[in-house]
Amino acid sequence: MTRKKRRLMVLLLAGLGLGTATALTLTAFQDNLVFFLSPSDVAARHPGGDRAFRLGGLVEAGSVERHTGADGRPTATFRVTDGPNTVSVTYAGVLPDLFREGQGVVTLGKLQPDGSFRATEVLARHDETYMPPEVADALRRTGHWNPSEGAAPPAASWNTAPRQGRVGG
Amino acid sequence: MDGPLTLGPGAAAPRPAGGRNLHRFANPGRFLRATGRLMPVLWAAALAVLALGVAWALVFSPPDWQQGETVRIMYVHVPMAWLAMGGYTGLAILSVMSLIWRHPLADLTARELSPVGAAATALCLATGSLWGKPMWGTWWVWDARLTSVLVLFFLWLGHAALVRAFDDPERGARAGAILALVGFVNVPIVKFSVDWWNTLHQPASVTRMGAPAMHVDILYPLLVCTLGYTLLFAAVVLARTRAAVMERRVRALQLARARREDATPA
Repeated sequence: MTRKKRRLMVLLLAGLGLGTATALTLTAFQDNLVFFLSPSDVAARHPGGDRAFRLGGLVEAGSVERHTGADGRPTATFRVTDGPNTVSVTYAGVLPDLFREGQGVVTLGKLQPDGSFRATEVLARHDETYMPPEVADALRRTGHWNPSEGAAPPAASWNTAPRQGRVGG
Repeated sequence: MDGPLTLGPGAAAPRPAGGRNLHRFANPGRFLRATGRLMPVLWAAALAVLALGVAWALVFSPPDWQQGETVRIMYVHVPMAWLAMGGYTGLAILSVMSLIWRHPLADLTARELSPVGAAATALCLATGSLWGKPMWGTWWVWDARLTSVLVLFFLWLGHAALVRAFDDPERGARAGAILALVGFVNVPIVKFSVDWWNTLHQPASVTRMGAPAMHVDILYPLLVCTLGYTLLFAAVVLARTRAAVMERRVRALQLARARREDATPA
């Protein structure tokens, strides 16, 4: 075995050990590395009302109600869903621009005794679709996609669609 | 020719064919000649592709249906993110060459690569933050993707500082190579953080199973921008490495002259 081969073997062994250690550590801390809990996680784990946590999911279609609170601040109630489970959320404050029905959101707050979630912060979550306005309009007009119902249809069905009726260049 | 970057006592010993092929590129004279011809072409290609890509991305490509014009930040953010990770993979390869084959040119290239990689990562973080405020509603969150990219930035900075912290450049290069390889575990974490854990950051749009979730009128200018920034990155790193090789050569010549003058009595 030459010196170079020995160095290669040492490097490979060290890499294997380091990779295994990292994988084990990340698996052990799996629960601490998630940024938010989905409504199904909340239903399964019943986090107590004393600890703040983040709740994430899609804003359910038709669930958003906006009011003005007693102190003049805007308040909103909406339901966050991940399909099988839903949590209703109340929030006092200004919602981000991207907030709409069918959009992903991450909210920070505490569970109330009645099972609703009182949020102190609402962040909008962008999904991985990038679509010109003309294409989004065409999908809506033809009934292929209703953005307030959730994610866009499979990308292959629209990502080469011509941008018809575009204004300007 | 045997420049200032001699290969040490082992250089004269017979080597297996693989080693000889690798050491062909370790010859600083040949490296300077080959890259000297390449550099003008590389600069011209980088500037031409970047001019095309930036004009296409900033002027002619459509806005996004809900992000509006803010989507254009992505044409800098995504290439910088890919360069931060691709460049770090390059640093890891250079470190393997340095540790196993004691490749002196790999040491020099790694030393010159890390400040450029740190700059790309910083741009990725800054543009991402500028995008996050109007879109998410926050400049920064500690989710797995953002945090792992911040760690990547510190690894780049740490490597740049460590290789320069030793009086003996060879020891600095050795320490830097080990740091770079240990830090390489972070690269798959950056890449897959959005799949392994739920994050505020969106999952991959381009490199994913199935079709890219990006309309071609947005995807093509992004790919052209990526090519342009990659060529620019390569040109900057190569130019820095050439300057470092020439610097070493000048220092060796000065040393040799000083020794000669010492030897001849005045």
